[in-house]
Amino acid sequence: MAEPVIQVEGVEKRFVVRVKRGLLRRERREVAAVDGIGFEIERGTIVGYLGPNGAGKSTTVKMLTGILVPSGGRIRVAGLDPSRRRVELARRIGVVFGQRSQLWWDLPLRDSFDLLRHIYRVPAARHRENLDRFTDVLALAPFLDTPVRQLSLGQRMRGELTAALLHDPEIVFLDEPTIGLDVVAKAAVRDFLGEVNRERGVTVLLTTHDLADIERLCSRLLIIDHGHLIWDGGLDELRRQHGPERTLVVDLEEAAPPLELPGARVVKVEGPRQWLAFRRDETSAAELIAAVAAQARLLDVAIEETEIEEIVRRIYAAGVAPRAT
Amino acid sequence: MAELGRIYLRLIGARARSQLEYRASLALQIVGSALLTLLDFVMILVLFENVPELDGWSVQEVALLYGIAGISFALTDLIVGHLDLFPQMIRDGTFDQILVRPLPSLLQVIASDFSLRRIGKVLQGVAVLTVALAAADIDWTLGRAVMVPLAIVSGVLIYTGVWIALATIAFWIVDAIEFVNAFTYGGNFLSAYPITIFGRWLRNLVLFVIPIAFVAYFPALYILDRPDELGLPDGLRYASPFVAVLTVLVARVVWENAVRHYRSAGG
Repeated sequence: MAEPVIQVEGVEKRFVVRVKRGLLRRERREVAAVDGIGFEIERGTIVGYLGPNGAGKSTTVKMLTGILVPSGGRIRVAGLDPSRRRVELARRIGVVFGQRSQLWWDLPLRDSFDLLRHIYRVPAARHRENLDRFTDVLALAPFLDTPVRQLSLGQRMRGELTAALLHDPEIVFLDEPTIGLDVVAKAAVRDFLGEVNRERGVTVLLTTHDLADIERLCSRLLIIDHGHLIWDGGLDELRRQHGPERTLVVDLEEAAPPLELPGARVVKVEGPRQWLAFRRDETSAAELIAAVAAQARLLDVAIEETEIEEIVRRIYAAGVAPRAT
Repeated sequence: MAELGRIYLRLIGARARSQLEYRASLALQIVGSALLTLLDFVMILVLFENVPELDGWSVQEVALLYGIAGISFALTDLIVGHLDLFPQMIRDGTFDQILVRPLPSLLQVIASDFSLRRIGKVLQGVAVLTVALAAADIDWTLGRAVMVPLAIVSGVLIYTGVWIALATIAFWIVDAIEFVNAFTYGGNFLSAYPITIFGRWLRNLVLFVIPIAFVAYFPALYILDRPDELGLPDGLRYASPFVAVLTVLVARVVWENAVRHYRSAGG
């Protein structure tokens, strides 16, 4: 096992909230947003960090990047205690918060990059080299001189990724980097991250709701819920254990009784539309579609993967928190 | 330090450049704010229409107080006035972004804006001070001449320190801006008058808690060679630069501690 670049041991973050009790009285109550989590991440890996909204994902990322001070436990990122050596750490990491911008709204993209060069003290030659490379890979050239406020979401996200990587960080933290992007832009972002990881050995910690991001990029998943780590392992393993079923949605030409097919069961019928659940390890989608087409006239099909929220729900329903290592 | 100074200039330079894109509107705003601030001074003139002097201070002498305090405050407003918007930076997560950059957070917050339109107030203060210095009966020495710019610089540091320390309230209570304004803008108002006219508790406030008595009152005692009617130690009239440095250091400690209590927005 290579050297861990992120180490988290028994980390907690508690917030004090005030709860109303009666007309004037308010009671202080502590809420644990992160409640004793631990993991290590090896250099050069891409790890997906998942969980429902409010599970403690962002709080964890904010502690790892030095924004929030943990209430307990120990964190080391690139060997540093993030909140105590925030400035030093900031030089060695890149951060993209999907819904916020690190760029200067009124300035052309190029000027933002130039300011960042000075903030991070990147030598001019190295900056040029990196910017040329990213301009090429992310096709930034058409809007490098456009003020950031005029960029589309997809263009801006490409700018944000460049901004986060121009200073050659060892680790990048990405919070929902593909949220709100169209299919083409999502693919561009994923390709880019994969390439940066391969070519530069950058470690990536990615929070996302998009299963495709994970499928395409992550060799390992961490799932958090209610402040606890409930999964640490690969995606395929997770699917096998907790989300083995996919759903094929078929639109028939006319309403029909529930279809009877080997390897699948009908879970819902709505007029001419039927939902067929099937196990990915037993039946292929192609076989199933062929079988449906043999029985009825088929207008359209769609495949629904099990949503992360659903998988999390199932892990909880199973009772224990399974840990693959 | 020099490195931080350079990056500060670069950051506010970027802000200033984007404001200069709309020159005509900027010019109007500057003239507008100069005129509006002039009304403050007209208030003082109206006051002296009715009384010949204020606790022994002539209109020229009060104008001197007003000029020093006014320039200091206007320059502070130019440099850190956008701390008014700091609660907004906490609410919308901009402060998170600041914390992941390799620069001191306070420097970045201060460098996040530079409102050129506020130059109007500086110009108004300079005009009033120039007239006051010419009209007042001053026995010029080198020390007194040096004290004028020194008082302004000290005033900027004192106001800046107070402003920063008060802005940290936002780390606990996001909507405290009116409370903070009472001290910042209110402090500016108070420092334009001789502190002898205030009651005991207000006097103690501006002497010891929010040390704005050191912005204009004590330097003016020295420049005008006036006795201190409160019987406070004589040395205080030279103390403004020291109080200024102390205020800024205290503000920095308050800020650094407050940042460690930062809770960030959202989950």
